[in-house]
Amino acid sequence: MKEYKFTDKKDTRSGFGAGLYELGNKNKNVVAMCADLTGSLKMNEFANKFPERFFQAGIAEANMVGVAAGLTIGNKIPFIGTFAAFATGRVYDQIRQSVAYSNKNVKICASHAGLTLGEDGATHQILEDIGLMKMLPNMTVIVPCDYNQTKAATIAIADYKGPVYLRFGRPKVPNFTDENQKFEIGKAINLNKGTDVSIFATGHMVWEAIEAAKILEKQKISAEIINIHTIKPLDKKSILQSVEKTKAVVVAEEHMINGGLGDSIAQLLASKNPKPIEFVGVNDTFGESGTPDKLMEKYGLKAKNIVDAVNKVISRK
Amino acid sequence: MEDIKKLQEISSQVRRDILRMVHQNASGHPGGALGCADFFTCLYFSVLNQNPKKFTVNDNGEDLFFLSNGHLSAVWYSVLARAGYFNINELKTFRSINSRLQGHPTTAEGLEGIRIASGSLGQGLSNALGAALAKKLNNDKNLVYSLHGDGELQEGQIWEAAMFANAHKIDNIISTIDYNKKQIDGSTDNVITLGDLHAKWESFGWLVFETDGNNIKELLKTLNKAKQNTFKGKPIVIIMKTEMGMGVDFMMGTHKWHGSAPNDEQLAKALSQLKETLGDY
Repeated sequence: MKEYKFTDKKDTRSGFGAGLYELGNKNKNVVAMCADLTGSLKMNEFANKFPERFFQAGIAEANMVGVAAGLTIGNKIPFIGTFAAFATGRVYDQIRQSVAYSNKNVKICASHAGLTLGEDGATHQILEDIGLMKMLPNMTVIVPCDYNQTKAATIAIADYKGPVYLRFGRPKVPNFTDENQKFEIGKAINLNKGTDVSIFATGHMVWEAIEAAKILEKQKISAEIINIHTIKPLDKKSILQSVEKTKAVVVAEEHMINGGLGDSIAQLLASKNPKPIEFVGVNDTFGESGTPDKLMEKYGLKAKNIVDAVNKVISRK
Repeated sequence: MEDIKKLQEISSQVRRDILRMVHQNASGHPGGALGCADFFTCLYFSVLNQNPKKFTVNDNGEDLFFLSNGHLSAVWYSVLARAGYFNINELKTFRSINSRLQGHPTTAEGLEGIRIASGSLGQGLSNALGAALAKKLNNDKNLVYSLHGDGELQEGQIWEAAMFANAHKIDNIISTIDYNKKQIDGSTDNVITLGDLHAKWESFGWLVFETDGNNIKELLKTLNKAKQNTFKGKPIVIIMKTEMGMGVDFMMGTHKWHGSAPNDEQLAKALSQLKETLGDY
């Protein structure tokens, strides 16, 4: 299988911060807002260099979303940052009316998504945000897998006109994608060609899928790994092409199985090419406090869980 | 004086439009719309620096207006049509299938004059403040106006926005409150009392004016005074005392007409109290 190496581990939120800073330099219409989490979101560099284009919202996320929608009317491109829990569920109605229905060019940048937020526990570990956002018409949903990809995605969404939900996380994870990659919204990335099973993964689970494929190779199972960094619009063509070849599917995401990427793929396959499918995700439960690693293990989101799911799905072929 | 008479004539026609629009589909919100007809008339026929024929959803360097209490759509559509944003015959389609004149205003169908959707309450002040901030970044000296229901002030987001405006010294906005003291379930005092509104806004750092929202002369005076106080470091709010159902005797003094339409007989009776000045659509 194709080998992926990483020299360092980095947090995806820092990729966002770096991308935003670069945008600040090259596009004067890019403005940013944060709800009292500037350091956590790695927005400090932007805020310090471009104070006239950075607006502190305080602990008032609903207003932040509304102000951002207003800023777009004056041709600004607002990037608003807070934790994913507060960037989605807390402000769903504001996003629905002021951003999605009104089709405003707001970039909702959500950090600390999923279980890997860690010790703060279930109140902050949102596992429903992808579902909430993908249900909204006009909304694009992007979940990059590492630092480099998050940086590239941040830069790319400034050039796309329309509402975007960009989801990233807190922990340091392997940074293995190309530093100079060009991010294409809606274009899945085939990381490893395989013949026995298609593993569709998003966000932090992409690296786990790569680790899983290494184990599977020893079991003589050839796994195709596809990084679905854009959950909406879904790259239907790439997914259908892969499944036509492998005839078995595993979806891996750090999100509730209900309403996540797995749902989208199952829906696509059910109508176009039904095949056995297994889901690696959180199964209708809230999270809890713990280290990211311990949590991912307890809730079944590690490479070994992908391996188990692959074996199960292949037995159903 | 001549100008005021002209504005009064327009507001009479706007009231007729409102009644006929909500009657036609037997649905809509006539009470608040009638109460704010004078304000909308002043805004769109005297105050705003606008260019109806060259409307764009994004700001093209003019005064902007945000309707936060979107259920007042009928009065807004009427003045927009009468001011030349779109053909007045389109008022016939209000709340019907395939219409651009949705029950609550939206940008989805590209209706000229609307820059953001409203309906779910409490969001318009934030939207207006964002547009005002953008004007500052763009060095645009035009102003941003917004209208809010008094019942709407029960929404927490309004006060998030009020705090934000003061913190960021957004002084190119004139917000207005439709203070009719009524909401769907009854009087605001009985539902959730608003307390001392003047003191509330003042304590949030806003410059507060009060006016009779159904007296065109006084309204214009207050709006002008407010305008003179923009760009002085403070956001501005005008508390407009209005009468829900203003202009139709049996619709006044009650919250009953907040969200219900007149029948044929009631429409005839109501229209008999309002002069047709510009011709019905």
